[in-house]
Amino acid sequence: MSVLVYVEAVGGKIKKAGFEGVSYGKQAANQMGTGVTAVLFGAADAAEVASLGNYGATKVLHASGDAFNTFESNAFADAMSAAAEKEGSTLLIFPFDNSGRALAPRLSARMGAGLVSGATAYPEISGNTLKVKKNVFSGKAIAQVEIATDKKIISFTPNSTGIQEVGGSAAVEAFSPAVKSSKIKLVEVQKQEGEIPLPEAELVVSAGRGMKGPEHWGVIEEMAKVLGAATACSRPVADIGWRPHHEHVGQTGITVRPNLYIAIGISGAIQHLAGVNQSKTIVVINKDPEAPFFKAADYGVIGDAFDVAPRLLEAFKKFKANQN
Amino acid sequence: MNILVCISKVPDTTTKISFTDNNTKFNTAGVQYIVNPSDEWYALVRGLELKEALGGSVTIITVGLAEDDAIIRKALAIGADEAVRVNADPADSYFVAAQIAAYAKTKNFDLILTGKETIDHNNAEVGGMIAEMVGMEFVSPVNKLDVNGNVARMESEVGGATFVLEAELPLVISAAKGMADQRIPNMRGIMAARTKPINVVEPQGVQPLVKVAAFEMPPAKAGVKMIDPENMDELVQLLHNEAKVI
Ligand SMILES: Cc1cc2nc3c(=O)[nH]c(=O)nc-3n(C[C@H](O)[C@H](O)[C@H](O)COP(=O)(O)OP(=O)(O)OC[C@H]3O[C@@H](n4cnc5c(N)ncnc54)[C@H](O)[C@@H]3O)c2cc1C
Repeated sequence: MSVLVYVEAVGGKIKKAGFEGVSYGKQAANQMGTGVTAVLFGAADAAEVASLGNYGATKVLHASGDAFNTFESNAFADAMSAAAEKEGSTLLIFPFDNSGRALAPRLSARMGAGLVSGATAYPEISGNTLKVKKNVFSGKAIAQVEIATDKKIISFTPNSTGIQEVGGSAAVEAFSPAVKSSKIKLVEVQKQEGEIPLPEAELVVSAGRGMKGPEHWGVIEEMAKVLGAATACSRPVADIGWRPHHEHVGQTGITVRPNLYIAIGISGAIQHLAGVNQSKTIVVINKDPEAPFFKAADYGVIGDAFDVAPRLLEAFKKFKANQN
Repeated sequence: MNILVCISKVPDTTTKISFTDNNTKFNTAGVQYIVNPSDEWYALVRGLELKEALGGSVTIITVGLAEDDAIIRKALAIGADEAVRVNADPADSYFVAAQIAAYAKTKNFDLILTGKETIDHNNAEVGGMIAEMVGMEFVSPVNKLDVNGNVARMESEVGGATFVLEAELPLVISAAKGMADQRIPNMRGIMAARTKPINVVEPQGVQPLVKVAAFEMPPAKAGVKMIDPENMDELVQLLHNEAKVI
């Protein structure tokens, strides 16, 4: 009966999206008059596992065997369907990140469960019908999607509904379901050392063609470093090779949803905005007062990036120095 | 190497989005359609490059009505060999995946490629569902793909790291940025596309699992506050005290 929530631990720490997922599941479980079972993948110590109770999990199934230490979509999908069966769950919750994108569609097809991907609000549940909102047309509109199948799956957009502490405690059970082996072999993992991964970043410093050339990115990188932000760029900047492809945000790149998005020398074309318009606060620096980005901005600065960006960097440094 | 590339019709990226029928239907009046960018730029083009290097054929498939033939011709002009259209309105991802899986089961594809997600419903669902339905493994997102004999070597960029993976074919793969570059169809391709047949197949009876009850527009921004470029300390204070984001 309980609402089942997918939770991952990496390097012994539960991911933030895992806590948010449990809070999300708790909200749905309250409407359904049931509890939340978190399925935790990956090793974590007892205190870390138990902390899930604080966000509303009444039970934790902890899958920590060798098969569950690195993400593997087949094994993890099998484990989630085994957990759903064991708990008699009719509602499964995933984060709409790379793990959720790989798992939720498989389970939807396997269980005949209606799936809403990228929910941005809590669901409204009445009887067997669940309605939930998600962004469509790359953030240009919102759809209210209805699921009426007996089994249901929601993957929520991380950072949408947030983490709520409820101060409960959870019963923890070791979980080692039988899973199919996979023919996919992990050859190696190349870490991008020191960088903050863009999709999960809370602060993003982004720059466009207005920077004139890759040799001018020093100020952007330094600003990101001072803030603890990720760096991003517009599509042409990645296409010409000034910046790596994985920094390209927009309709055809990565969609981000940080608390702060600083755009320097980016015009704000509709395709770019589509990937960033869900940011909580947008700062735009552009020398052209007519740049379309100002319409989507919260704070705007009209000026030359080569002049304004170094000044903003100094102001951030001063602010950080005063905070410490 | 027989490759199936799933393509979806989506509104052009500059489309002004609006709705009709009491906000329950997308307003298609005056809308220009394109092949979903990640289907075209990454999945289709990489499929063609692999075929050109290794031999075989590239089949494109879409679930849609006769008006979708225009985007099918575009994909054929870029170089696909064959096209299949499942003659039905694409009700939801599950319905679409079930149609494609049913077709794929009648053939022997080494690779089934989808784009990372469509720019209309942003679901990223169809690839994983097809994999489950045809009993293949699914790799998502894939930013680089090479095939050597019977083995695919893939790079997947996830959470600040690149995972290098290998697996025997067949596979279902979700194609993302980095896999290939956009190809502009040339005159010869466009001419050839006109005469390539589109194989229209009738749909399987499958019930969709979800439906959109209503659409709405996002709340409007409050308006931009302009800051003097000489006064970046003020901007930092506003970000701290007003926006509370630093
Ligand atoms: C199908 C399709 C999909 C697309 N997808 C994406 C996408 O996902 N992401 C994306 O970003 N784009 C995408 N684009 C491209 C998009 O349309 C724009 O061309 C692109 O975003 C422009 O990048 P830009 O703002 O860096 O460059 P430009 O448009 O050249 O703008 C540069 C800006 O910098 C300003 N500037 C110049 N010099 C200075 C200076 N010294 N100081 C301050 N400001 C300065 C200028 O005023 C201008 O506003 C897509 C296009 C298509 C057709």
